[in-house]
Amino acid sequence: MDFYTFLREFADSWMLLFMVVVFVVVIFWAFRPGSTKIYDDVANIPFRHVDAPAPEMGADKSAASKEVRT
Amino acid sequence: MSNYIKLIALGLVVLFAMLATNYARDIAYLVHAIIIMVVAAGLFIHVLRNTDEPQVAVGSLANEYFDSVVRAGVIATAFWGIVGFLVGVLIAFQLAFPALNFDWAEGYANFGRLRPIHTSAVIFAFCGNALIATSFYVVQRTCAARLWGGNLAWFVFWGYQLFIVLAATGYLLGATQSKEYAEPEWYVDLWLTVVWLAYLAVFMGTLIKRKEPHIYVANWFYLSFIITIALLHVVNNLSIPVSIWGSKSVQVFSGVQDAMVQWWYGHNAVGFFLTAGFLGMMYYFIPKQAERPVFSYKLSIIHFWSLIFLYIWAGPHHLHYTALPDWATTLGMVFSIVLWMPSWGGMINGLMTLSGAWDKLRTDPVIRMMVISLGFYGMSTFEGPMMSIRAVNALSHYTDWTIGHVHSGALGWNGMITFGALYFLVPVLWKRERLYSLTLVSWHFWLATIGIVLYASSMWVTGIMEGLMWREVDANGFLVNSFADTVAAKKPMNIVRGLGGVLFLSGALVMCYNLWMTVRRAPAKEASLTVAVPAE
Repeated sequence: MDFYTFLREFADSWMLLFMVVVFVVVIFWAFRPGSTKIYDDVANIPFRHVDAPAPEMGADKSAASKEVRT
Repeated sequence: MSNYIKLIALGLVVLFAMLATNYARDIAYLVHAIIIMVVAAGLFIHVLRNTDEPQVAVGSLANEYFDSVVRAGVIATAFWGIVGFLVGVLIAFQLAFPALNFDWAEGYANFGRLRPIHTSAVIFAFCGNALIATSFYVVQRTCAARLWGGNLAWFVFWGYQLFIVLAATGYLLGATQSKEYAEPEWYVDLWLTVVWLAYLAVFMGTLIKRKEPHIYVANWFYLSFIITIALLHVVNNLSIPVSIWGSKSVQVFSGVQDAMVQWWYGHNAVGFFLTAGFLGMMYYFIPKQAERPVFSYKLSIIHFWSLIFLYIWAGPHHLHYTALPDWATTLGMVFSIVLWMPSWGGMINGLMTLSGAWDKLRTDPVIRMMVISLGFYGMSTFEGPMMSIRAVNALSHYTDWTIGHVHSGALGWNGMITFGALYFLVPVLWKRERLYSLTLVSWHFWLATIGIVLYASSMWVTGIMEGLMWREVDANGFLVNSFADTVAAKKPMNIVRGLGGVLFLSGALVMCYNLWMTVRRAPAKEASLTVAVPAE
C-alpha cells in the first residue's frame, strides 16, 4: 500500500476514533464525582500569591500565613 | 566563565555580520547585516565591561516575582500599538486617496509595502508583546513561582523586539516571502524560532517549578498558544535560501500544498495567537478585575479542549473554489461552524463571571472594556463561521467584508482585552494605588468603540456591495461592472473606515497619556495597606 494511502486511511479511521474518545473522556473527566469541590478551590488561584511567590519548602512559614487561602 | 563563551559567540556574530555587509546581494540583507552587527557589537562591549568584575551579591530573588520584564513588555505593547494603528490609519487613507502613495516614497512607502508593516505591527508587535508580557505576569502569579531561567526572559523580550525591527525594515526594503502573516524571510524566521523556543523554555520551566498543585486554566491557553505557534511557524516557513548572503528564499512546498500549509498556518495564527493566547488573558484579568472567580471552571476546561480539537482543522475555509479538493474545503467549513460552540461557550463563561456584579459595568470603565471585548469576540466568532460557509464565501471572499470581519475581531476582541489588561497591570506593576483618571478610560472606551463600529459597518456595506457588483451580469451574461467601477463606488466607505481608524488611534493615545500619568502622578500604593478599600 502506498504510504500516503495508508496515512490517509489511518487518519480517518483509527486516529479519528482515538481523538473522539480522548475528547469525550476529557469532557466526562471534568464532571467526575468530587470535581466541583476541587474546581471551586482551583478557580480562586488568581486571588492567592498576588505579591510574592510561595515560600520555598522548609522556609519561614510566617510569610505564608499572610496569604489568605479562601 | 560563561562571559568568555558569550564574548566569543558575539565576536563571531559581529565578524559574520561584517562579512555579510560586504557580500550582501540586496539592500534589505545589507541593512539587516548592519543592524545585527551594531547590536552584537554593543552587546559585546556590554558583556566585556561586566567580565571579571566582582559579582554583586544578589539576595534571594526566589522570594519576589520577576516583574521588570513585564513592565518593559507593557511599554513595548503600548508603543507598538501606536505604531501599528498609525500605519493602519495611513494605509486606510491611501486606499481612499491614492495620492497619499507619494511619488517621492514610491517603492518604499506605498500601500503594498506598508500593509504588511501594519498587519505585523498590530498582530506580532502589539498583540505579541501583550501576550508575552501578560503570560509572564500570569504564569508567575498562578504558579506562585518566579520565572524560570533568570535573564532568559530578558533575552525573549529583546530578541522579540529585534525580530520586529528586522521584519519591519525588511518589508520596507522589499524582503518578503509573500505569505500572509508570515512575510519575514528565512534568517528572520530562524531568529524568531530561537526566541520562541526560549519563550517556551521560560514558560514551561515556570510551570514545572510551580507551587500551586493545579495548572490554572489561563496557563493552559497560553501554553497551547506557545506550542502551536512554534509548530505553525516552523512548518510554514520551510524554505531554502538562494544564497547565505541574500534575503531571497524558495518555498519547499509548491502549488496547492503551499496554499494549504499557508492557510493552515494563517488560520491557526488567528486561532492560537489571537484567540487562545488572549483567552488566557481573559481567564486571568476578567476574574481579577471583577474580583470574583470565573463563572464555571468546568466550562473553561471544556472550552479549552473543544477549541484545541476544532481550531486546527478550520484553515481550508480560506481556499473555497480553488484547486484544493472539495472534501478538504468542506472539512474546513464544517469545523469552522462547529467552532461556534466553544467560542460562545468561552464568551458566556467570561460574561457570566460578572453575574452578581453587573453594577461594576456602571462604575468601572476597565471592566466595561473587557466586557465589550467579549461582545466583539462573540460577534466575530459568529460572523467567521457564517463567512466560511461556501455559499456565503462566494459573496464575501476577496471583498472588504473580510477586512471588516478581521478588524471587528482584532480591534474589538484583541485590542479591547489588551487595553483592559494594560489598565489593570500598570497600577499593579508600578505600585500605584489607582489609575490616573477613570474619565479618560471612559473616553478611550467610547472613542475605540465608535471607531470600531464605523470601521465594521462601512466594511460590511462596501464588502457586500463589492461582492454584488462583481457578480452582476446583464441579460446576455456579460459582467456589468469593471473592477475600477467597484473602486470608485467604495470611496465614501473607505473614508468612513479611515475616520473609524482615527478614532481608534486617538483612543489609544488617550490611554498612553493616562498610563504615563498613572506612573508619574497617581498616588503610590502604601506598603502597609493590606486591606482592600471598596471603591464605592
